Amino acid sequence: MTALTSLTLKGALEGLKNKAFSAVELTTAHVAAVEAARPLNAFVLETPEKALEMAAASDAKIAAGNAGPLEGAPLGIKDLFCTQGVRATACSKILGDFKPPYESTVSANLFGDGAVMLGKLNMDEFAMGSSNETSAFGPVANPWKIKGGNQTLTPGGSSGGSAAAVAADLCLGATATDTGGSIRQPAAFTGTVGIKPTYGRCSRWGVVAFASSLDQAGPIAKTVEDAAILLTSMAGHDPKDSTSLDVETPDFASFVGKSVKGLRVGVPKEYRVDNMPAEIDALWEQGVAWLREAGCEIVEVSLPHTKYALPAYYIVAPAEASSNLARYDGMRYGLRAEGRNLTEIYENTRAQGFGAEVKRRILIGTYVLSAGYYDAYYLKALKVRRRIAEDFDRAWEQCDVLLTPTAPSAAFALGERTADPIAMYLNDVFTVTTNLAGLPSISVPAGLDAQGLPLGLQLIGRALDEGTVFAAASAIEKAAGFKARAERWW
Amino acid sequence: MSDGKTIKGRTGDWEMVLGLEVHAQVASNSKLFSGAAVGFGAGPNEQVSLVDAAMPGMLPVLNRYCVEQAVRTGLGLKAKINLKSRFDRKNYFYPDLPQGYQISQFDQPIVGEGVVLVERADGSSFTVRIERLHLEQDAGKSIHDLDPNATYVDLNRSGTALMEIVSRPDMRTAEEAAAYVKKLRAILVTLGTCDGDMEKGNLRADVNVSVCRPGDYERFRETDDFSHLGTRCEIKNVNSYRFIQQAIEYEARRQIEILEDGGRIDQETRLFDPTKGETRSMRSKEDAHDYRYFPDPDLLPLVLDPAWVKEIEAGLPELPDAKKARLQSQYGLSAYDAGVLTADAALSAYFEAAAVGRNAKLVANWTTNDLAAKLAADGLEFDASPIPPANIAALVELIEKETISSKIAKQVFEHMWAGEGAPAAIVEKHGLVQVTDTGAIEAVVEKLIAANPGQAEAVKAKPQAIGWFVGQVMKEMAGKANPAAVNAILKAKLGVE
Repeated sequence: MTALTSLTLKGALEGLKNKAFSAVELTTAHVAAVEAARPLNAFVLETPEKALEMAAASDAKIAAGNAGPLEGAPLGIKDLFCTQGVRATACSKILGDFKPPYESTVSANLFGDGAVMLGKLNMDEFAMGSSNETSAFGPVANPWKIKGGNQTLTPGGSSGGSAAAVAADLCLGATATDTGGSIRQPAAFTGTVGIKPTYGRCSRWGVVAFASSLDQAGPIAKTVEDAAILLTSMAGHDPKDSTSLDVETPDFASFVGKSVKGLRVGVPKEYRVDNMPAEIDALWEQGVAWLREAGCEIVEVSLPHTKYALPAYYIVAPAEASSNLARYDGMRYGLRAEGRNLTEIYENTRAQGFGAEVKRRILIGTYVLSAGYYDAYYLKALKVRRRIAEDFDRAWEQCDVLLTPTAPSAAFALGERTADPIAMYLNDVFTVTTNLAGLPSISVPAGLDAQGLPLGLQLIGRALDEGTVFAAASAIEKAAGFKARAERWW
Repeated sequence: MSDGKTIKGRTGDWEMVLGLEVHAQVASNSKLFSGAAVGFGAGPNEQVSLVDAAMPGMLPVLNRYCVEQAVRTGLGLKAKINLKSRFDRKNYFYPDLPQGYQISQFDQPIVGEGVVLVERADGSSFTVRIERLHLEQDAGKSIHDLDPNATYVDLNRSGTALMEIVSRPDMRTAEEAAAYVKKLRAILVTLGTCDGDMEKGNLRADVNVSVCRPGDYERFRETDDFSHLGTRCEIKNVNSYRFIQQAIEYEARRQIEILEDGGRIDQETRLFDPTKGETRSMRSKEDAHDYRYFPDPDLLPLVLDPAWVKEIEAGLPELPDAKKARLQSQYGLSAYDAGVLTADAALSAYFEAAAVGRNAKLVANWTTNDLAAKLAADGLEFDASPIPPANIAALVELIEKETISSKIAKQVFEHMWAGEGAPAAIVEKHGLVQVTDTGAIEAVVEKLIAANPGQAEAVKAKPQAIGWFVGQVMKEMAGKANPAAVNAILKAKLGVE
């Protein structure tokens, strides 16, 4: 059975196609892996019956010769996605045991292509966090540990459950979302691949909103090719989302392994931040060398407004969140606390339902939108956002793709940064820029640090140019030959 | 001599200044951002989509038809159509607002400045400048009186499209404010962009009232500096012409009394209580919400294709002002008659159907007076009139041909209203044909002169006294004698003139 769970998505799909094993066998193996991995706390809801039912249906389709592109592939679904009849909580107490009467467009696309759902994946509450420690269901444990150490590490966040589940071979791939780095940073911390596509590639319909102008769904997968296969299925125009782009979805997998000869790779000098571990800097240099060897032209570029990205992000995202989360008022679904009057019901419901980090961001967001502060904070942040997008526009005159580290550190220990929100926010320093600019960006595992923890490199592309991003990422993947797996301790 | 604007106070004269925000429900089969149906009379919460109920992950999608209706309305108000506008969120908590915010348009509305020409009751007119029109979602309905300990919420109305039409403070009397709403309603109904049903709340007004001293308003108009005007209070959600006037009269009086007692007007939001005829404070400026408006990130800026706007413009129906001018020139009506007809689209349609080939002035009189009174008494509109326009036309034709007198026509009309059918048949059935046979009239006249020699002498001395004989002849002939013939014969027989 271990053999089946260690397959890549691509490998598993081939095996199913060649009838080397059935979808039910494949799913059964993953269901067992999920059960055995409960100490990781990656899943907040296991749906084995549903998984086996879907797998049986997939076997019937494979037998009938009308299998979808993901037919029989067991996946995990981040709890931010609404899943019809299956509890969706965004890992917040405020949603109680809310069972949506609808399926998100992205998960519906995957299931429509034959994917099998193993269950719902843990995450930071409402996707607000960089360590999966704000989840109402408790933190996720990173499958990776420091060589010879026993400390439990964070898998990153907010898609910590997605990253851990993929890294631990609990599923062949997982859905995730990225508002400021929530796909890429956990991918980097767990030695997996995660891509945040161009804003508007994936529909936000049925995904619990955090910050509407920044949120994008994407996959976390074992390989660049797997990520490309999943994204091809997840993406597509959706008339139910006004910000969804009405463009064709290419076969992203066709870009994987494509020659990068002559590709101009930009290295933004502003991403060399203070206090960055030398190992990460070295890995970045290594990445540059790999791409040069693969025939890329390396250019140093400048993104001068980078240092303003994080502050701008922590204004725009909480502002939108403070409004998006107003609907959780105890009136129609989810938690409802008692109170003597309407105001008390609101206050008690939201006080009991939201965790500390969510409350902090609602307060920040409410503050920056308030009369008298709006211009100084929110409006200013929007201006910064435009400058950042212009920085990228100028960079694209010199290069086709940008190479940066994904995060300024490797995975850290649970509890290490919970006391200092700013230290936690600093983790997003390399990732928020592309959310603000709406650009596609991927994290690829590129090596291990001295402690044996995985590190990721980030590739950023032009809007809608995921193809180049996948091509460059697969060149790094190939050159790095990253084969390390977390040693099983759970 | 009062100009109608002046309000006498203890300390001198006052004037009121009025500006209105009219909320008009967009005539559309579905809501502004969801596909849910819009309708009146559905059971509670039967017309609620997942978007209207603000379920997690639901997103708004703008209804193109509602945008078209707003553009059409803007064109009807001769207003600037903004080819780029934006939707914003207005944030506040209330159970009938499931999202916790209303999607509205804050600083970039779809329609900019326009103008409405309004007629007063005396036929004179004035203009009201329109500041803007924007699209927004309506909230649901909170029902507080079904249970002493609970509030029920009906979300059927939640998400329904509203047009908020904001006027400049250009009305100076309660009558002018009501006349403005009446005119606005006529434009909207003609355009088909709002059904104008005020009883159902589909058209309602927030009325801003302030008072000032004579001359202040003129200074304000010269400078556009609001400091020349008094502090305003906003009376929310008034939904009839009568209540609008009552609320304004009461509120202006209230403000004057406070000022004359040396007090200050607090800027606040007030509610009108129709049973008491009073306004009362709802919330003060200090309690006003900070709505934290910001651009809705779920929606893209609304960009209109100028060609599409032109297309809508080309398809506009005839608007009340144009219709009024046409009725005057085409039918030779007075401005007053044309104005009365234009105020009600069904009435003018009725009139035009009846006026073909007939004396238009007579048709206008019959429709706007006799028929209008009957319909109003029965609560009917002109498009539901039991008397078809062809029968009013036939009645007027009988008068024109002197088959019946105007007086007899009144009787015929009563029979028509009673459902007896076409006027010619009624005239025949009841023997109401006018007698123009001079022989028959002469016989009656001779008989009366013979029977009343004293009266006959009196007429010779005082010709006006002939009226007595006219009355007697008419009485004798059951009103059917042709009045002109009666006069001529009497004069000849009595030897007057």
